[in-house]
Amino acid sequence: MLEVENLHVFYGEIHALKGVTLTVGKGEIVTLLGNNGAGKTTALKTLSGLLPARAGQVRLEGRTLLKVPPHEVVMRGIAHVPEGRRIFNRLTVLENLEMGAYARADAGIEQDLERVFTTFPRLKERRAQVAGTLSGGEQQMLAIGRALMAAPRILLLDEPSMGLAPILVEQILETIQGINRQGTTILLVEQNAAMALSIAHRGYVLETGTIVLSGSAGDLRENPEVRRAYLGES
Amino acid sequence: MDLPLLISIFPQVLTDGLILGFMYALIALGYTMVYGVLEFINFAHSEIFVTGAFVGVEILLALKARGTLDLLSPFLVLIVLLVAAMAVSGLLAVTVERVAYRPLRGKPRLIPFISAIGVSFFLQDAIRLFESIWRNSFNLVYPTMDLFNQRFTLTETIDISVKSVVVIVAALLMLWALHLLVNRTKIGKAMRAVAEDQATASLMGINVNRMISLTFLIGGAMGGAAGVLFGIQYSLINPYTGFIPGLKAFTAAVLGGIGNIPGAMVGGLVLGLLEAFAASYFSLLTHGAFGAEYKDIFAFSVLILILIFRPKGLLGEVVRERA
Repeated sequence: MLEVENLHVFYGEIHALKGVTLTVGKGEIVTLLGNNGAGKTTALKTLSGLLPARAGQVRLEGRTLLKVPPHEVVMRGIAHVPEGRRIFNRLTVLENLEMGAYARADAGIEQDLERVFTTFPRLKERRAQVAGTLSGGEQQMLAIGRALMAAPRILLLDEPSMGLAPILVEQILETIQGINRQGTTILLVEQNAAMALSIAHRGYVLETGTIVLSGSAGDLRENPEVRRAYLGES
Repeated sequence: MDLPLLISIFPQVLTDGLILGFMYALIALGYTMVYGVLEFINFAHSEIFVTGAFVGVEILLALKARGTLDLLSPFLVLIVLLVAAMAVSGLLAVTVERVAYRPLRGKPRLIPFISAIGVSFFLQDAIRLFESIWRNSFNLVYPTMDLFNQRFTLTETIDISVKSVVVIVAALLMLWALHLLVNRTKIGKAMRAVAEDQATASLMGINVNRMISLTFLIGGAMGGAAGVLFGIQYSLINPYTGFIPGLKAFTAAVLGGIGNIPGAMVGGLVLGLLEAFAASYFSLLTHGAFGAEYKDIFAFSVLILILIFRPKGLLGEVVRERA
């Protein structure tokens, strides 16, 4: 569904991605693992058009995504939940969700809003509240809910577990799996490898801008390198 | 101290203050909306305002020359003036952004600011050149409309002109329309989203550049409308008229909390009322020792005090910075 080929991206003078190749198949949960500064966020930002690529190719269902401005990438069916949630603090919960559906004009918006509220009943309770007053976990729910309002075919998630208590992480994971079961393809970027591999089908490991390992989630969990460097085992 | 006199002039001073305040509020919106989106002071906004005043005077003079001004309803004329001035000032603001600010976006802040100062001088002298050739004078006077100059006599000492009421009502209607646009429509919500976080707004499918143009269009249109109202109220305009009201309106925007739309409205009203009350009551209370010319000292002292004790302005919100 999504194919990334030999992607090179510069962040100012820094060569942040040095020829990344990966694919995400329809209906999969694919995770991109790596430490801080490995280039995970850069990769997602390039996919959604926020950063330009120096070389390489990105295709969604065969059509190139490079040089498509971010506001048009959404219309192609990609929704991006950015790192640090980035909800609109001064807008209400409901207005945030409406912004998620900004690019749409179809009749399904109301229905999707109900679906988001069913998935996250908390958001329904707080729909009229200014989003800046939500707790961290609620903000993450809102960020994911907002992306779902775009009715994406593929959802890019950047560190959804960041800064959340373990019980909330568990809940977010279940939600991601639920979204996937309803037919949305997912590319999940995580530092928390154990968490990501527990729900992913496949994974890639990124180190300083290069993919160093890839395989099924099971294989990666068993890989001694991954166990030592990312799962905290000695 | 003559207490009955102080009380008896109160409605008059209040009206003057409201007129001035609404004028500042309309102009302040242009500063605050642009700042909210780009964190940039559009120094040329005072010339966008003056352009509106000149569009108004040109239409009025053209109607007068044809002898049709007295035949038309003044309210119809006012609507035509407002629509035309809003269109011209709005489009001018959009053009200025496109030509002089957008190419400099992402550069150090001082650079677009200097560009704005340049645009300000350019527009002042462009208007001066045009009017000097076209009318042989760049000091123009708004032709009067009889109905607007009639006065309601409230008491022996108080009377209020029709045009004062018209200016206040027109300003209120525009502020209300802007409020609905920004808070109730999808496009207004998108403008607020862009003001808060451009990159994330673009991920929602919002075309950020288009929203920035729209912000300049609306801010410019409000400034143009203020220009027409200024001309109707105070009559005399020239290409440099915008400087002082522009500076005051910018002050009002800061007073209310720069970047905050209701703040600009409140800040404008507060500053206008302060000025009007200082101008009349100061000299009365001090038996003329402090004349009306000290009103600006009073108004700006209040600004300084508010900024010391509430640096974010009256309505400036303390939003938690995102992680």
